[in-house]
Amino acid sequence: MIWAPESDNPNFVGQVSTWRRVLSPTGNTGDAIFRVLMLAVALLMVGIVVAMVIALTADSMLSIRQFGFGFLTSQRWDPIKGEFGALPFIYGTVASSLIALLISVPFSLGIAIFLVEQAPHYIARPVGFLVELLAAIPSVVYGLWGIFVLAPFLRNYTEPALASAFGWLPLFKGQITGIGLLTGGIILAIMVTPIISAIVRDVLAAVPGSQREAALALGATKWEMIRVVLVNGAPGIAGAIILGLGRALGETMAVTMVIGNRPDISLSLFDPSYTIASAIANEFTEATGDLYLSSLVELGLILFLVTFVVNGIARLLVWNVTRKTGGVGRAA
Amino acid sequence: MSVFQRGFQLLASICALTVLVTSFACNGSGPGSNGAVSLHGAGATFPNPLYQKWLSEYEKVQPNIKIDYQSIGSGGGIKQLKEQTVDFGASDAPMKDEDLKSAPGEILHIPTVLGAVVITYNLTGPNQPLRFSPDVIADIYLGKVTKWNDARIAAENPGVTLPGNDITVVHRSDGSGTSAVFTDYLSKVSAEWKEKVGTGTSPSWPLGLGGKGNEGVTGQVKNTPNTIGYVELAYAVQNKLPVAHIKNSSGSFIEPSIDSVTAAAAASAGSTPDDLRVSITNAPGAQVYPISSYTYILVYKDQKDAAKGKALVDFLWWGIHDGEAFAKALQYAPLPADIVKRAEAKINSITAGGSPLRQS
Repeated sequence: MIWAPESDNPNFVGQVSTWRRVLSPTGNTGDAIFRVLMLAVALLMVGIVVAMVIALTADSMLSIRQFGFGFLTSQRWDPIKGEFGALPFIYGTVASSLIALLISVPFSLGIAIFLVEQAPHYIARPVGFLVELLAAIPSVVYGLWGIFVLAPFLRNYTEPALASAFGWLPLFKGQITGIGLLTGGIILAIMVTPIISAIVRDVLAAVPGSQREAALALGATKWEMIRVVLVNGAPGIAGAIILGLGRALGETMAVTMVIGNRPDISLSLFDPSYTIASAIANEFTEATGDLYLSSLVELGLILFLVTFVVNGIARLLVWNVTRKTGGVGRAA
Repeated sequence: MSVFQRGFQLLASICALTVLVTSFACNGSGPGSNGAVSLHGAGATFPNPLYQKWLSEYEKVQPNIKIDYQSIGSGGGIKQLKEQTVDFGASDAPMKDEDLKSAPGEILHIPTVLGAVVITYNLTGPNQPLRFSPDVIADIYLGKVTKWNDARIAAENPGVTLPGNDITVVHRSDGSGTSAVFTDYLSKVSAEWKEKVGTGTSPSWPLGLGGKGNEGVTGQVKNTPNTIGYVELAYAVQNKLPVAHIKNSSGSFIEPSIDSVTAAAAASAGSTPDDLRVSITNAPGAQVYPISSYTYILVYKDQKDAAKGKALVDFLWWGIHDGEAFAKALQYAPLPADIVKRAEAKINSITAGGSPLRQS
């Protein structure tokens, strides 16, 4: 009974010191080393983030000086003539991510609610596993699937249907090619669904069972009980969505292959668009000229800041839930 | 001595040990150990399949010389060569004057093979290759010719039924030597293109969808009806894409092929400058395919390390002679004989510390 409380066992102290000497001959030195090592690792992480911001800012100074705030508002991107503006990329990044969330959030909530509240264990486990498996598929595979399967499907069925039903909206006007903002958004939706649904599942599972029992005891139907659970987990769900958004903002390869890569701001979801991450991936390898490189780095800085802010908000929300219910947000 | 101090001492000695071990490892891999020489190259993606073949074949000839090549793109190759982090660079387009000036030494252009850019399309109906004249291609990419049954396309393709659909233009979205060659050609044949868009690896396209890489453009063209796009000749041949015949400066419609590309180099050999930096798009000659281009290996004229320099010139010499034999199988056009002669002279002019590395 080595692990019994000290007061119950008079031999405890002696036993522990024997064990101690065997396990840890240097006494507390191990603790000290461990503490210093962990502190170093943590500081290293902070240092890397700070170093990244400094490096990105330093390397984009040329472009910042040349274009100033106009870099954020200009719509021209012409490397040959040396004119650079980030607005179409910012628009494409934000718009494709929002489309992704609009599609993904209802699906993810549905999956999570089903897995936690309705599915029997023998179904919940394999389905949950399959959903998480989606997150492990490399994004280039999503991209290829997007080009060869999703884009033709959208071109032949979805987009003509949308155009004939809602063609009077500027959102659904223009040439139908299957490649464009909508396709990019749908690919992103499929990619962020496993992340959001996995986190929401853990959030819902952590809502205390007493809440459910209380709701049912008051005569709530199952649906009403689920609403109580959802309200309880709301901040955690918001955190999950924002983490999904963070993933969507930074996704590169899959989006590049289906979004059409055109730095234009168009209201139509059928028109090609461009994201910041895609622009960097596309143009960095062949970028020559200091101003061109500097502008691409500044794009990276903008994306970094956007992602940084989004992740910060997510952390705050998740922390908020953790504090209230004790562990709901731990999975995030 | 406090616990903390002891812990710190231990940590410090671990650190010291790590540094010691690392520095030993570094000493072990220095140049010139046991007579082996290693060379590093980086640059254009277009000739990468050929260069990888060269490296594996050359290793059979010279097992002591280890060469690696990273296909990071022409821009990256030029940058790394200027920063002297590689022993040779590679680029599809010749380096610009200002890039040459800002380099720390004189850089030579050694042409290795030729490539071509072909027009591919997805159109149901025609069962013979479409024919385009340069001004029509430029106007399609400028957005001025928008329908497949445009009178100007129809005039060049008598007997071909063309649909009345909109043309969907596809271009490369990634910075690419292929785009540079294509826009260089369009700038030569269309004043409007030259003024509005110009020549470059990432031009600001007036319209169209961007596909990443040859595979991205091909994917979009293959999957989307009524599209037109451009890819490398080798890629089009290997994937059996439909390719258009292009009207050259002599007025004949030419099918892109290895022979018509080599012909473009041969036809412009007379006007090729001494430093071999030349664009051969829209070259004169009846059998010339007009959207052709050299690809180059870039090296410093004066090598710092004689052993490495010697290995490099031997490799280059082998490349433009024995290496050319592997070009055709991989769909690259070999250099014409007189350009090989001029490339030989370039290789012979490479020195280390002022003394030539090759005895010719």
